[in-house]
Amino acid sequence: MATSSHTPQELMVAVASREIRDGDLVFVGMRLPILAYAVARNAHAPNARGLFEVGLMRDQPAEAFLGTMGDPPNVAGALWATRMSNVMALMAQGSVDLGFIGGAEVDRFGNLNTSYVGEPAHPTVKLPGSGGGADIAILSRRWVTLMSHERRRLVEKVSFVTSPGFGDGSPHWRKRNGLLGGGPVAIITTLCVLRFPELGGEAYLASVHSGHTVDEVRSETGWDLKLADDVSETPAPTESELSAIRRFDPEGFWTRSA
Amino acid sequence: MAMAEAIRRFVPDHSTVALGLALEPLIPFAAGHELIRQGRRDLELVGPISDALFDQLIGAGCVRRVTAAWVGNVSEGLGHCYRRACEERIPLPLEVRDHSNFSISLALWAAAWNVPSLPTRTLLGSDILRTNPALAAADGLVHVAAVRPDVAIVHVQRADELGRVHAWGPMGITEEAGLAADRVIVTCEELVDPSVTLSDPNRIPFPETKVAAVVYEPGGAHPSPVQGFFKRDHAFYRDYAERSRSVDGYLAWLEQWVMGVPDRATYMGQVDTESLRVSRHRMSEPVDYGDE
Repeated sequence: MATSSHTPQELMVAVASREIRDGDLVFVGMRLPILAYAVARNAHAPNARGLFEVGLMRDQPAEAFLGTMGDPPNVAGALWATRMSNVMALMAQGSVDLGFIGGAEVDRFGNLNTSYVGEPAHPTVKLPGSGGGADIAILSRRWVTLMSHERRRLVEKVSFVTSPGFGDGSPHWRKRNGLLGGGPVAIITTLCVLRFPELGGEAYLASVHSGHTVDEVRSETGWDLKLADDVSETPAPTESELSAIRRFDPEGFWTRSA
Repeated sequence: MAMAEAIRRFVPDHSTVALGLALEPLIPFAAGHELIRQGRRDLELVGPISDALFDQLIGAGCVRRVTAAWVGNVSEGLGHCYRRACEERIPLPLEVRDHSNFSISLALWAAAWNVPSLPTRTLLGSDILRTNPALAAADGLVHVAAVRPDVAIVHVQRADELGRVHAWGPMGITEEAGLAADRVIVTCEELVDPSVTLSDPNRIPFPETKVAAVVYEPGGAHPSPVQGFFKRDHAFYRDYAERSRSVDGYLAWLEQWVMGVPDRATYMGQVDTESLRVSRHRMSEPVDYGDE
C-alpha cells in the first residue's frame, strides 16, 4: 500500500516491526526498536511480549513517548519489574525469540562493532560499548540490527567484534564456538534490507527502499554485496503503521530528526 | 548525613565505585557531582549502561578505569568526554574494562557470593574476551571474574535513617552491586520513619548492614527518572550532549551545573521541577504481612 511521505527512520521502524511474529518474546533495545515493538503490538503481533534489560517485561507498549526503556511510562503497567539478571536468565535459557541491536559498524557476516574503531589500545573512535548487545547477539534465537547505510559503517571486516554474527562465515561457526542462538536474520538500513541464508553466512541484498537503487546500495557498501535472485522494493509503511509510529513518537524525536 | 560528608568519609581517592546501577532510572547524579566538586582522583567506576554520569566524571578527571558495559548518553548517543579520554587522553588517560550488561551483573554476583568467578555462555565469540583480562573462555564457557566495589552509590525513592531502603521499578544490577560492595551510600527522595520501610521488607534491595550513609537528597537523580517522583529530563540530556562536544563547552556546562553550585538544593533551583514532577500517581495495593 503506497502511502504519503515518510522518513527513512519511519520506514526502518515499520520494517523492523514486521520482523516481530505474534507470540514472540522480544528483547527490545534502545531507540527505534522501542517504536517497532509498539507498532507490532498494535498490528500483527497482539500477543507479543517485550523484555527490557533494565528489568522489565511488558505486553502493551507504554502509552507515552519513551526516551529510554527505563522511563516511568514503560514501568507503569508492566507485567514484571525485576532485576536485570532475571531478564538475562530467560535469554540464557533460549526463551527470547527475537532481539534488536543497534550497530555502529557491521560486516558481511553480520558481526557488529559498537566498541572501538581502530586498535583498542589506541582507538580512533571509542564507541559506547556492548550494553546488552553482545548478550542478545549470542543468546537470542534470532536478531535484527538497524543502522544508517554508509560505506564506513558496512565494512568488509569489522575492526572489533562486540556482538558476533556468523564470525568468519565458515559453516556452523556459531555452533562450533558454543553460541546458543541462531544469529542475525536481517540488517535494516536507511537504504535497504539485507538478509542472511537460513543456515547463516553472508548477508545478501533482499530489498531496496523506494527512491534508492541497487547500484547506490552497492556503492555505499564496503564489500562486494551479493544480491537475492529477486531483489524487490521494500514495502513502504502502511497508513496504520505510520499512524502508530507517530502516536508513539509524536514529536519525531526518533524518526524525524536528522 | 549531608552529601558532602558522606562522600568525604566513604569515597576516598582510588576507590572502586559502583553507580548508575538501575541503568537509566535512579542515577545518583547529585553524589557524582559531589565527587567532582571534592576533586576525587583515580576512581574505578563500575556499572552497566551509564547514562551521562560516567561521562561527566571522566571529563572532570576523576576516573582512572571504567569497568562497564556501555558509556554514553542513552537518548543522544556518544559520550564525548569518554571519547576524548580514550582517543586523546584528555583530560587523562583512561583504562577500559569492557563488559556486557550480563557479564557485569555476573561479576558483581560473583563478588556478592564470595567466589572468584562465575561461568556463563554469554560473550562467546566476542572480542570483549580479547581486551578484558578479567574474562576467560574455557570448555565452552566464559568465566567472569568477581568485581568487588569499595562502595556502591544508589539513589532510591525512600529510606529511613537506619539504612532501610525502599526502591521500586526495574532494578538493573542494584541488588548484586549492593551485596558485592563493602558499603553503600544511599541517597533518597524521601526520608521516612522506620515504620514505613519495615512495613514492607520485600521492598528492600539490600540489608541495612551494608548501608554506611543515608543522604536525604530530593531530586538527587535529576535528569534521570525516579518512578513515582520525576520524569526523565530528555532536554537536559540533549543540552549536555551538545555542550560536551568540545572541552570548553563541557567545562562551561560543569561550571553551570556542578562547580558553580554549592549543593543539590541550589541545583534544583535552576531546574524546572514542576514540569518534571510526576503528576499521575498509580498506587500499588498494600500487601498483608499478617502473622497471627
